[in-house]
Amino acid sequence: MTALRMVFYLLAILIVASTAMAITRKNLVHAVLYLVQSFFATAALFYLLGAPVLAALEIIIYAGAIMVLFLFIIMTLIGGYTGSRNHRQWIFPSLLGLASIVSAGVLLFSSPASETGLIAATASPASFGRYLFDKYWLPIEIVSLLLFVALVGALYLGTHKGKSVAQIEVEQ
Amino acid sequence: MWWIVGFVVLLIKVAVVLGVLFGFAAGMVLVERKLLGRLQIRYGPNRVGPFGLLQPVADGLKLLLKEDIVPKGADRIIFFFAPAVVALVPLLIAAVVPFSSDLKIGETRIPVLIADLNVGLLFFLAVASLSVYGVALGGWASNSKYSMLGSVRGAAQLISYELSLGLSLVPVVMLAGSFSLVDIVNAQAEYPFILVQPVSFLIFFISSMAESNRLPFDLPEAENELIGGFHTEYSGMRFALYFLGEYISMVVLGALVAVFFLGGWRGPVLPPLAWFLIKTMITPVFFIWTRATLPRVRYDQLMQLGWKILLPLCLVNIIATGGIALLVRS
Repeated sequence: MTALRMVFYLLAILIVASTAMAITRKNLVHAVLYLVQSFFATAALFYLLGAPVLAALEIIIYAGAIMVLFLFIIMTLIGGYTGSRNHRQWIFPSLLGLASIVSAGVLLFSSPASETGLIAATASPASFGRYLFDKYWLPIEIVSLLLFVALVGALYLGTHKGKSVAQIEVEQ
Repeated sequence: MWWIVGFVVLLIKVAVVLGVLFGFAAGMVLVERKLLGRLQIRYGPNRVGPFGLLQPVADGLKLLLKEDIVPKGADRIIFFFAPAVVALVPLLIAAVVPFSSDLKIGETRIPVLIADLNVGLLFFLAVASLSVYGVALGGWASNSKYSMLGSVRGAAQLISYELSLGLSLVPVVMLAGSFSLVDIVNAQAEYPFILVQPVSFLIFFISSMAESNRLPFDLPEAENELIGGFHTEYSGMRFALYFLGEYISMVVLGALVAVFFLGGWRGPVLPPLAWFLIKTMITPVFFIWTRATLPRVRYDQLMQLGWKILLPLCLVNIIATGGIALLVRS
Protein backbone atom coordinates (compact mmCIF):
# COMPACT_ATOMS: atom_id res chain seq x y z
CA MET A 1 0.00 0.00 0.00
CA THR A 2 1.52 3.29 -1.06
CA ALA A 3 1.57 6.40 1.15
CA LEU A 4 -0.87 8.09 -1.24
CA ARG A 5 -3.39 5.29 -0.76
CA MET A 6 -2.98 5.32 3.00
CA VAL A 7 -3.69 9.05 3.20
CA PHE A 8 -6.65 8.57 0.86
CA TYR A 9 -8.27 5.93 3.07
CA LEU A 10 -7.50 7.95 6.20
CA LEU A 11 -9.26 10.98 4.71
CA ALA A 12 -12.15 8.85 3.47
CA ILE A 13 -12.71 7.45 6.96
CA LEU A 14 -12.50 10.94 8.44
CA ILE A 15 -15.07 12.28 5.95
CA VAL A 16 -17.54 9.45 6.52
CA ALA A 17 -17.12 9.52 10.31
CA SER A 18 -17.49 13.29 10.69
CA THR A 19 -20.48 13.40 8.34
CA ALA A 20 -22.11 10.58 10.34
CA MET A 21 -21.47 12.55 13.53
CA ALA A 22 -22.95 15.65 11.88
CA ILE A 23 -26.27 14.00 11.03
CA THR A 24 -26.69 12.36 14.44
CA ARG A 25 -25.94 15.32 16.75
CA LYS A 26 -28.83 16.88 18.68
CA ASN A 27 -26.88 20.07 19.29
CA LEU A 28 -27.06 21.88 15.95
CA VAL A 29 -23.88 23.92 16.48
CA HIS A 30 -21.94 20.70 17.08
CA ALA A 31 -23.50 19.26 13.92
CA VAL A 32 -22.28 22.28 11.94
CA LEU A 33 -18.78 21.88 13.36
CA TYR A 34 -18.63 18.21 12.38
CA LEU A 35 -19.79 19.13 8.88
CA VAL A 36 -17.05 21.78 8.68
CA GLN A 37 -14.55 19.09 9.66
CA SER A 38 -15.90 16.89 6.89
CA PHE A 39 -15.45 19.75 4.37
CA PHE A 40 -11.87 20.18 5.54
CA ALA A 41 -11.15 16.51 4.96
CA THR A 42 -12.82 16.78 1.53
CA ALA A 43 -10.59 19.74 0.69
CA ALA A 44 -7.56 17.70 1.72
CA LEU A 45 -8.81 14.88 -0.52
CA PHE A 46 -9.07 17.28 -3.48
CA TYR A 47 -5.53 18.46 -2.77
CA LEU A 48 -4.34 14.86 -2.63
CA LEU A 49 -5.97 14.12 -5.98
CA GLY A 50 -4.12 17.06 -7.55
CA ALA A 51 -6.75 19.82 -7.54
CA PRO A 52 -5.44 22.61 -5.27
CA VAL A 53 -7.89 25.17 -6.70
CA LEU A 54 -10.87 22.98 -5.86
CA ALA A 55 -9.45 22.36 -2.37
CA ALA A 56 -9.18 26.11 -1.72
CA LEU A 57 -12.64 26.79 -3.15
CA GLU A 58 -14.15 24.01 -1.04
CA ILE A 59 -12.92 25.75 2.11
CA ILE A 60 -13.71 29.30 0.97
CA ILE A 61 -17.26 28.53 -0.16
CA TYR A 62 -18.45 25.62 1.97
CA ALA A 63 -16.50 25.87 5.25
CA GLY A 64 -16.00 29.63 5.16
CA ALA A 65 -19.30 30.95 3.81
CA ILE A 66 -22.18 28.46 3.67
CA MET A 67 -21.54 26.87 7.06
CA VAL A 68 -21.14 30.31 8.63
CA LEU A 69 -24.56 31.21 7.26
CA PHE A 70 -25.93 27.99 8.81
CA LEU A 71 -24.34 28.96 12.11
CA PHE A 72 -25.73 32.48 11.82
CA ILE A 73 -29.26 31.20 11.25
CA ILE A 74 -29.01 28.62 14.06
CA MET A 75 -27.75 31.27 16.47
CA THR A 76 -30.36 33.89 15.57
CA LEU A 77 -33.41 31.64 15.22
CA ILE A 78 -33.05 28.43 17.21
CA GLY A 79 -30.27 28.96 19.73
CA GLY A 80 -28.53 25.67 19.11
CA TYR A 81 -30.70 22.88 20.55
CA THR A 82 -33.50 20.87 19.03
CA GLY A 83 -35.89 18.69 21.00
CA SER A 84 -36.12 14.92 20.76
CA ARG A 85 -36.02 13.54 17.26
CA ASN A 86 -38.77 11.74 15.47
CA HIS A 87 -37.47 8.28 14.56
CA ARG A 88 -39.69 7.95 11.51
CA GLN A 89 -37.74 10.72 9.80
CA TRP A 90 -34.81 8.29 9.46
CA ILE A 91 -36.64 5.96 7.04
CA PHE A 92 -36.53 7.99 3.83
CA PRO A 93 -32.92 9.27 4.21
CA SER A 94 -31.62 5.78 4.99
CA LEU A 95 -33.39 4.38 1.88
CA LEU A 96 -31.74 7.11 -0.21
CA GLY A 97 -28.38 6.39 1.40
CA LEU A 98 -28.70 2.68 0.72
CA ALA A 99 -29.60 3.35 -2.92
CA SER A 100 -26.53 5.55 -3.41
CA ILE A 101 -24.21 3.01 -1.73
CA VAL A 102 -25.57 0.23 -3.96
CA SER A 103 -25.24 2.28 -7.15
CA ALA A 104 -21.71 3.37 -6.18
CA GLY A 105 -20.78 -0.27 -5.58
CA VAL A 106 -22.18 -1.33 -8.95
CA LEU A 107 -20.28 1.46 -10.70
CA LEU A 108 -17.08 0.58 -8.85
CA PHE A 109 -17.14 -3.12 -9.67
CA SER A 110 -18.43 -2.84 -13.25
CA SER A 111 -15.85 -0.29 -14.39
CA PRO A 112 -12.40 -1.57 -15.46
CA ALA A 113 -10.83 1.78 -14.38
CA SER A 114 -11.42 0.92 -10.73
CA GLU A 115 -8.45 -1.47 -10.82
CA THR A 116 -5.87 1.23 -11.48
CA GLY A 117 -4.24 2.85 -8.47
CA LEU A 118 -4.02 6.52 -7.58
CA ILE A 119 -1.47 8.54 -9.52
CA ALA A 120 0.09 11.66 -8.05
CA ALA A 121 -0.60 14.54 -10.45
CA THR A 122 -1.46 18.19 -10.09
CA ALA A 123 -3.42 20.60 -12.23
CA SER A 124 -1.98 24.11 -11.94
CA PRO A 125 -4.61 26.85 -11.46
CA ALA A 126 -3.88 28.30 -14.92
CA SER A 127 -4.25 25.00 -16.81
CA PHE A 128 -7.35 24.12 -14.76
CA GLY A 129 -8.98 27.44 -15.70
CA ARG A 130 -8.04 27.13 -19.37
CA TYR A 131 -9.42 23.60 -19.58
CA LEU A 132 -12.65 24.58 -17.83
CA PHE A 133 -13.38 27.66 -19.90
CA ASP A 134 -12.26 26.07 -23.19
CA LYS A 135 -14.41 22.97 -22.99
CA TYR A 136 -17.20 23.74 -20.58
CA TRP A 137 -17.98 27.43 -21.07
CA LEU A 138 -21.64 26.79 -21.88
CA PRO A 139 -22.48 24.80 -18.70
CA ILE A 140 -20.66 27.46 -16.66
CA GLU A 141 -22.74 30.21 -18.23
CA ILE A 142 -25.93 28.22 -17.61
CA VAL A 143 -25.02 27.63 -13.96
CA SER A 144 -24.18 31.30 -13.44
CA LEU A 145 -27.51 32.28 -15.03
CA LEU A 146 -29.30 29.91 -12.62
CA LEU A 147 -27.47 31.44 -9.68
CA PHE A 148 -28.37 34.90 -10.94
CA VAL A 149 -32.04 33.93 -11.09
CA ALA A 150 -31.82 32.61 -7.52
CA LEU A 151 -30.20 35.88 -6.47
CA VAL A 152 -32.96 37.97 -8.01
CA GLY A 153 -35.55 35.71 -6.38
CA ALA A 154 -33.92 36.10 -2.97
CA LEU A 155 -33.81 39.86 -3.45
CA TYR A 156 -37.51 39.92 -4.34
CA LEU A 157 -38.45 37.84 -1.31
CA GLY A 158 -36.22 39.94 0.91
CA THR A 159 -37.78 43.21 -0.13
CA HIS A 160 -41.29 41.82 0.50
CA LYS A 161 -42.98 42.38 -2.87
CA GLY A 162 -40.91 45.35 -3.85
CA LYS A 163 -41.15 47.17 -0.53
CA SER A 164 -38.17 47.56 1.73
CA VAL A 165 -38.36 46.49 5.39
CA ALA A 166 -38.24 50.14 6.47
CA GLN A 167 -41.29 50.95 4.29
CA ILE A 168 -43.27 48.07 5.78
CA GLU A 169 -42.45 49.23 9.29
CA VAL A 170 -43.61 52.74 8.44
CA GLU A 171 -46.90 51.38 7.06
CA GLN A 172 -47.54 49.34 10.18
CA MET B 1 19.83 12.99 3.05
CA TRP B 2 18.88 16.25 1.34
CA TRP B 3 15.34 16.14 2.55
CA ILE B 4 16.59 16.30 6.15
CA VAL B 5 18.47 19.53 5.37
CA GLY B 6 15.35 20.91 3.68
CA PHE B 7 13.27 19.96 6.69
CA VAL B 8 15.67 21.65 9.13
CA VAL B 9 15.71 24.81 6.99
CA LEU B 10 11.90 24.78 6.96
CA LEU B 11 11.75 24.39 10.75
CA ILE B 12 14.17 27.31 11.18
CA LYS B 13 12.04 29.46 8.87
CA VAL B 14 8.85 28.59 10.78
CA ALA B 15 10.53 29.36 14.12
CA VAL B 16 11.86 32.71 12.90
CA VAL B 17 8.51 33.77 11.41
CA LEU B 18 6.64 32.75 14.57
CA GLY B 19 9.10 34.56 16.84
CA VAL B 20 9.11 37.72 14.75
CA LEU B 21 5.30 37.78 14.49
CA PHE B 22 4.79 37.35 18.25
CA GLY B 23 7.41 40.01 18.89
CA PHE B 24 5.69 42.35 16.46
CA ALA B 25 2.29 41.69 18.02
CA ALA B 26 3.63 42.62 21.46
CA GLY B 27 5.32 45.67 19.98
CA MET B 28 2.12 46.69 18.18
CA VAL B 29 0.24 46.83 21.49
CA LEU B 30 2.76 49.35 22.79
CA VAL B 31 2.85 51.30 19.50
CA GLU B 32 -0.94 51.47 19.49
CA ARG B 33 -1.18 52.72 23.07
CA LYS B 34 1.61 55.27 22.59
CA LEU B 35 0.25 56.53 19.29
CA LEU B 36 -3.34 56.66 20.57
CA GLY B 37 -2.09 58.64 23.56
CA ARG B 38 -0.35 61.17 21.34
CA LEU B 39 -3.34 61.45 19.02
CA GLN B 40 -5.58 62.14 22.03
CA ILE B 41 -3.06 64.66 23.49
CA ARG B 42 -1.89 62.54 26.44
CA TYR B 43 1.28 60.54 27.12
CA GLY B 44 0.23 56.90 26.93
CA PRO B 45 2.06 54.26 29.01
CA ASN B 46 5.34 55.67 30.39
CA ARG B 47 5.84 54.06 33.81
CA VAL B 48 7.11 50.51 33.12
CA GLY B 49 10.76 50.68 32.05
CA PRO B 50 12.29 53.53 30.04
CA PHE B 51 9.56 55.35 28.01
CA GLY B 52 7.14 52.56 28.98
CA LEU B 53 8.98 50.13 26.69
CA LEU B 54 8.45 47.17 29.03
CA GLN B 55 4.67 47.65 29.08
CA PRO B 56 3.97 44.62 26.79
CA VAL B 57 5.99 42.38 29.14
CA ALA B 58 4.01 43.61 32.14
CA ASP B 59 0.72 43.15 30.27
CA GLY B 60 1.68 39.63 29.23
CA LEU B 61 2.65 38.63 32.75
CA LYS B 62 -0.54 40.08 34.16
CA LEU B 63 -2.71 38.17 31.67
CA LEU B 64 -0.82 34.91 32.29
CA LEU B 65 -1.31 35.13 36.04
CA LYS B 66 -5.02 36.00 35.91
CA GLU B 67 -7.65 33.41 36.78
CA ASP B 68 -9.08 31.49 33.84
CA ILE B 69 -12.84 31.70 34.33
CA VAL B 70 -15.33 29.46 32.50
CA PRO B 71 -18.95 30.64 32.85
CA LYS B 72 -21.62 28.24 34.10
CA GLY B 73 -23.44 26.50 31.29
CA ALA B 74 -20.67 27.18 28.79
CA ASP B 75 -19.90 24.65 26.07
CA ARG B 76 -16.47 23.90 27.54
CA ILE B 77 -14.65 22.38 24.58
CA ILE B 78 -15.76 25.02 22.09
CA PHE B 79 -15.17 27.74 24.69
CA PHE B 80 -11.57 26.51 25.09
CA PHE B 81 -10.74 26.24 21.41
CA ALA B 82 -12.47 29.30 19.90
CA PRO B 83 -9.74 31.83 20.90
CA ALA B 84 -7.07 29.57 19.41
CA VAL B 85 -8.79 29.77 16.00
CA VAL B 86 -8.53 33.56 16.02
CA ALA B 87 -4.82 33.44 16.89
CA LEU B 88 -4.06 30.59 14.50
CA VAL B 89 -5.55 32.13 11.35
CA PRO B 90 -3.07 35.04 10.87
CA LEU B 91 -0.14 32.75 11.73
CA LEU B 92 -1.21 30.33 8.99
CA ILE B 93 -1.60 33.16 6.48
CA ALA B 94 1.97 34.28 7.23
CA ALA B 95 3.14 30.95 5.76
CA VAL B 96 2.59 32.12 2.16
CA VAL B 97 3.96 35.68 2.48
CA PRO B 98 7.32 36.24 0.73
CA PHE B 99 9.38 38.42 3.06
CA SER B 100 12.40 39.12 0.92
CA SER B 101 14.25 38.16 -2.26
CA ASP B 102 15.93 34.75 -2.35
CA LEU B 103 18.74 34.25 0.15
CA LYS B 104 21.95 33.17 -1.60
CA ILE B 105 24.37 30.88 0.24
CA GLY B 106 27.08 29.94 -2.26
CA GLU B 107 25.30 28.21 -5.15
CA THR B 108 22.00 27.43 -3.43
CA ARG B 109 19.13 29.89 -3.30
CA ILE B 110 16.83 29.74 -0.30
CA PRO B 111 13.45 31.43 -0.80
CA VAL B 112 12.60 33.63 2.20
CA LEU B 113 9.09 32.30 2.73
CA ILE B 114 7.68 29.17 4.27
CA ALA B 115 5.63 27.85 1.35
CA ASP B 116 5.23 29.12 -2.21
CA LEU B 117 1.81 27.64 -3.01
CA ASN B 118 0.56 28.03 -6.56
CA VAL B 119 -2.81 28.82 -4.95
CA GLY B 120 -1.27 31.11 -2.29
CA LEU B 121 -3.86 33.86 -2.66
CA LEU B 122 -6.73 31.38 -2.47
CA PHE B 123 -5.05 29.84 0.59
CA PHE B 124 -5.08 33.28 2.22
CA LEU B 125 -8.79 33.74 1.46
CA ALA B 126 -9.64 30.21 2.61
CA VAL B 127 -7.83 30.55 5.93
CA ALA B 128 -9.07 34.11 6.49
CA SER B 129 -12.65 32.93 6.02
CA LEU B 130 -12.22 30.66 9.06
CA SER B 131 -11.52 33.41 11.60
CA VAL B 132 -15.28 34.00 11.79
CA TYR B 133 -15.59 30.66 13.63
CA GLY B 134 -13.44 31.96 16.47
CA VAL B 135 -15.68 35.00 16.89
CA ALA B 136 -19.03 33.27 16.34
CA LEU B 137 -18.37 30.12 18.38
CA GLY B 138 -16.56 31.90 21.21
CA GLY B 139 -19.59 34.07 21.83
CA TRP B 140 -22.06 31.22 21.42
CA ALA B 141 -20.17 28.88 23.77
CA SER B 142 -19.99 31.55 26.51
CA ASN B 143 -23.71 31.14 27.24
CA SER B 144 -24.14 34.89 27.74
CA LYS B 145 -26.47 37.33 26.02
CA TYR B 146 -23.85 39.99 25.35
CA SER B 147 -21.45 37.45 23.90
CA MET B 148 -24.19 35.94 21.75
CA LEU B 149 -25.20 39.34 20.33
CA GLY B 150 -21.55 40.09 19.63
CA SER B 151 -21.00 36.85 17.78
CA VAL B 152 -24.16 37.15 15.68
CA ARG B 153 -22.98 40.61 14.64
CA GLY B 154 -19.48 39.30 14.05
CA ALA B 155 -20.69 36.46 11.81
CA ALA B 156 -22.78 38.84 9.69
CA GLN B 157 -20.02 41.42 9.43
CA LEU B 158 -17.18 39.07 8.60
CA ILE B 159 -19.16 37.20 5.97
CA SER B 160 -20.24 40.48 4.31
CA TYR B 161 -16.77 41.93 4.07
CA GLU B 162 -15.12 38.67 3.05
CA LEU B 163 -16.82 39.05 -0.34
CA SER B 164 -15.30 42.43 -1.12
CA LEU B 165 -11.98 41.30 0.38
CA GLY B 166 -11.83 38.43 -2.10
CA LEU B 167 -13.22 40.29 -5.10
CA SER B 168 -10.86 43.26 -4.61
CA LEU B 169 -7.97 40.87 -5.21
CA VAL B 170 -9.32 39.56 -8.54
CA PRO B 171 -7.83 42.51 -10.52
CA VAL B 172 -4.46 41.87 -8.84
CA VAL B 173 -4.61 38.24 -9.99
CA MET B 174 -5.60 39.40 -13.50
CA LEU B 175 -2.58 41.72 -13.65
CA ALA B 176 -0.12 39.21 -12.23
CA GLY B 177 -1.61 36.18 -14.03
CA SER B 178 -1.02 33.98 -10.99
CA PHE B 179 -2.34 33.09 -7.53
CA SER B 180 1.19 32.68 -6.16
CA LEU B 181 2.28 35.54 -3.90
CA VAL B 182 5.85 35.23 -5.19
CA ASP B 183 4.65 35.74 -8.77
CA ILE B 184 2.51 38.70 -7.67
CA VAL B 185 5.59 40.41 -6.17
CA ASN B 186 7.62 39.60 -9.28
CA ALA B 187 4.89 41.08 -11.50
CA GLN B 188 5.38 44.41 -9.71
CA ALA B 189 9.02 44.72 -10.75
CA GLU B 190 8.32 47.87 -12.80
CA TYR B 191 5.59 49.57 -10.80
CA PRO B 192 3.56 48.66 -7.69
CA PHE B 193 -0.07 47.71 -8.35
CA ILE B 194 -1.40 50.55 -6.18
CA LEU B 195 -0.68 52.91 -9.13
CA VAL B 196 -2.91 50.97 -11.55
CA GLN B 197 -5.43 49.60 -9.00
CA PRO B 198 -6.13 52.40 -6.50
CA VAL B 199 -9.80 51.36 -6.21
CA SER B 200 -8.88 47.75 -5.43
CA PHE B 201 -6.37 48.96 -2.86
CA LEU B 202 -8.97 51.11 -1.12
CA ILE B 203 -11.56 48.30 -1.05
CA PHE B 204 -9.02 45.78 0.24
CA PHE B 205 -7.88 48.22 2.89
CA ILE B 206 -11.40 48.98 4.17
CA SER B 207 -12.44 45.32 4.05
CA SER B 208 -9.37 44.16 5.92
CA MET B 209 -10.10 46.78 8.58
CA ALA B 210 -13.58 45.28 8.93
CA GLU B 211 -12.21 41.72 8.88
CA SER B 212 -9.91 42.44 11.81
CA ASN B 213 -12.77 43.93 13.87
CA ARG B 214 -11.04 47.28 14.26
CA LEU B 215 -12.72 50.61 14.86
CA PRO B 216 -14.73 52.00 13.07
CA PHE B 217 -15.95 48.43 12.40
CA ASP B 218 -15.69 46.95 15.91
CA LEU B 219 -19.42 46.26 16.30
CA PRO B 220 -18.90 42.63 17.45
CA GLU B 221 -17.12 43.92 20.57
CA ALA B 222 -18.73 47.38 20.91
CA GLU B 223 -17.74 48.16 24.51
CA ASN B 224 -20.41 50.71 25.37
CA GLU B 225 -23.36 48.56 24.29
CA LEU B 226 -22.17 44.93 24.52
CA ILE B 227 -19.60 45.17 27.39
CA GLY B 228 -17.00 43.31 25.33
CA GLY B 229 -19.13 41.54 22.70
CA PHE B 230 -18.02 38.03 21.84
CA HIS B 231 -15.13 38.02 24.36
CA THR B 232 -17.11 39.38 27.35
CA GLU B 233 -16.80 36.12 29.30
CA TYR B 234 -13.15 35.44 28.52
CA SER B 235 -10.40 36.14 31.01
CA GLY B 236 -6.69 35.59 31.46
CA MET B 237 -4.74 33.89 28.71
CA ARG B 238 -7.80 32.99 26.62
CA PHE B 239 -8.72 36.66 26.37
CA ALA B 240 -5.07 37.35 25.56
CA LEU B 241 -5.29 34.91 22.63
CA TYR B 242 -8.14 36.95 21.09
CA PHE B 243 -6.10 40.06 21.68
CA LEU B 244 -2.94 38.52 20.24
CA GLY B 245 -4.87 37.28 17.20
CA GLU B 246 -6.11 40.79 16.47
CA TYR B 247 -2.63 42.30 16.61
CA ILE B 248 -0.95 39.54 14.62
CA SER B 249 -3.66 39.84 11.99
CA MET B 250 -3.00 43.60 11.80
CA VAL B 251 0.67 42.92 11.06
CA VAL B 252 -0.10 40.10 8.61
CA LEU B 253 -2.70 42.20 6.77
CA GLY B 254 -0.06 44.93 6.56
CA ALA B 255 2.31 42.41 4.99
CA LEU B 256 -0.40 41.33 2.52
CA VAL B 257 -1.17 44.94 1.53
CA ALA B 258 2.57 45.32 0.91
CA VAL B 259 2.64 42.15 -1.23
CA PHE B 260 -0.50 42.82 -3.24
CA PHE B 261 -0.32 46.56 -3.81
CA LEU B 262 2.99 48.10 -2.67
CA GLY B 263 5.41 45.83 -4.54
CA GLY B 264 6.42 43.55 -1.66
CA TRP B 265 10.12 43.66 -0.83
CA ARG B 266 11.03 45.66 -3.96
CA GLY B 267 12.54 49.12 -3.51
CA PRO B 268 15.68 51.15 -4.18
CA VAL B 269 18.83 51.55 -2.01
CA LEU B 270 17.67 49.79 1.20
CA PRO B 271 17.88 45.97 1.48
CA PRO B 272 14.69 44.06 0.51
CA LEU B 273 13.84 42.99 4.07
CA ALA B 274 14.00 46.62 5.29
CA TRP B 275 11.62 47.71 2.51
CA PHE B 276 9.27 44.91 3.40
CA LEU B 277 9.20 45.89 7.08
CA ILE B 278 8.59 49.57 6.25
CA LYS B 279 5.74 48.71 3.87
CA THR B 280 4.26 46.23 6.34
CA MET B 281 4.10 48.82 9.11
CA ILE B 282 2.21 51.38 6.99
CA THR B 283 -1.12 49.53 7.31
CA PRO B 284 -1.14 48.96 11.11
CA VAL B 285 -0.16 52.60 11.76
CA PHE B 286 -2.99 53.69 9.48
CA PHE B 287 -5.39 51.36 11.34
CA ILE B 288 -4.42 52.96 14.66
CA TRP B 289 -4.74 56.46 13.21
CA THR B 290 -8.23 55.60 11.91
CA ARG B 291 -9.20 54.22 15.32
CA ALA B 292 -8.23 57.51 16.96
CA THR B 293 -10.07 59.57 14.34
CA LEU B 294 -13.35 57.90 13.37
CA PRO B 295 -16.32 56.96 15.59
CA ARG B 296 -17.95 53.51 15.26
CA VAL B 297 -20.33 53.11 12.31
CA ARG B 298 -23.97 52.17 12.88
CA TYR B 299 -24.99 48.60 12.00
CA ASP B 300 -27.10 49.59 8.96
CA GLN B 301 -24.27 51.86 7.75
CA LEU B 302 -21.88 48.91 8.00
CA MET B 303 -24.14 46.69 5.89
CA GLN B 304 -24.86 49.47 3.37
CA LEU B 305 -21.17 50.18 2.92
CA GLY B 306 -20.36 46.51 2.44
CA TRP B 307 -23.18 45.40 0.17
CA LYS B 308 -24.26 48.55 -1.68
CA ILE B 309 -20.97 50.41 -2.16
CA LEU B 310 -17.90 48.17 -1.87
CA LEU B 311 -19.33 45.06 -3.56
CA PRO B 312 -20.69 46.79 -6.72
CA LEU B 313 -17.49 48.84 -6.91
CA CYS B 314 -15.48 45.59 -6.86
CA LEU B 315 -17.51 44.12 -9.71
CA VAL B 316 -17.24 47.27 -11.86
CA ASN B 317 -13.51 47.36 -11.16
CA ILE B 318 -13.08 43.74 -12.28
CA ILE B 319 -14.95 44.36 -15.55
CA ALA B 320 -13.01 47.57 -16.20
CA THR B 321 -9.67 45.88 -15.50
CA GLY B 322 -10.59 43.01 -17.82
CA GLY B 323 -11.59 45.39 -20.61
CA ILE B 324 -8.43 47.49 -20.33
CA ALA B 325 -6.23 44.38 -20.12
CA LEU B 326 -7.85 43.05 -23.34
CA LEU B 327 -7.29 46.40 -25.11
CA VAL B 328 -3.64 46.65 -24.01
CA ARG B 329 -2.78 43.06 -24.93
CA SER B 330 -4.47 43.17 -28.35
